[in-house]
Amino acid sequence: MNFDKELDARGLNCPLPILRAKKALGELTTGQILRIIATDPGSVKDFAAFAKQTGNELLSSAENNKEFEFYIKRK
Amino acid sequence: MSTNPEMEALISQKLDELLPKKLEALLQEREESRTPSMTIIATKGTLDWGYPPFILASTAAALGWDVTVFFTFYGLQLVKKDISDLKVSPLGNPGMPMKMPFGPDWFKSINWNIPNVVQANIPGFEAVATGLMQQTIKNNGVAGLAELRELSQEAGVKFVVCQMTVELFGFDHADFIDGMDYVGAASFLPVAQKAEVNLFI
Repeated sequence: MNFDKELDARGLNCPLPILRAKKALGELTTGQILRIIATDPGSVKDFAAFAKQTGNELLSSAENNKEFEFYIKRK
Repeated sequence: MSTNPEMEALISQKLDELLPKKLEALLQEREESRTPSMTIIATKGTLDWGYPPFILASTAAALGWDVTVFFTFYGLQLVKKDISDLKVSPLGNPGMPMKMPFGPDWFKSINWNIPNVVQANIPGFEAVATGLMQQTIKNNGVAGLAELRELSQEAGVKFVVCQMTVELFGFDHADFIDGMDYVGAASFLPVAQKAEVNLFI
């Protein structure tokens, strides 16, 4: 999937991945896509909740090799 | 005015059909456009208890909520300019595991169950426990308290401070970070009244 910006949140724990993602999304324009890689297992549910609450669309959420990858489209 | 019973019945029936739908749509629109809000009363001043207010405040702000944190009593410690000296103590806190943040896994998994009477009599025990906690925080990729506080303020979280306790404990406004209002309970409560989420930490 194409993306406009990438956030490496590996090794970060709650609530840093969300806070950094919020900041990164703020630097994008409407429709642009942010890719996030995280290692915090809690981030799977957290990013789903974050997307639902803020209206930014969670395009995909996947796990491979204990790493979590999210694509979020800026509202 | 003459009335037409048939017409009235028809209007009444139509209204019954349309009103609930219309009302529901309006309510939903209102719900979606409303900005959620939260207030937190932060009353504890140790390294461990400093986390919940700042984690919740910064996260709520990231979710787009309006957030106000009211610092009072020992919570004043959390808004001092330098919070690198906040301590944590396992003394009298049976819920706090005492584990070592270094060494092989089998060593790290040991919970050092040190009796209170021993803890209380070892000089510098609190400093050692605090040092171990800080190392554990670092090892786990957990944010530093000062960083979370800064992120909260950056994200627009409002900090208000209880003026009465500032005086009670002999602090000066110069001891604290900038960008805060010094208020009393009468200023805080109306803000809390309007918030959906109110936490006392």
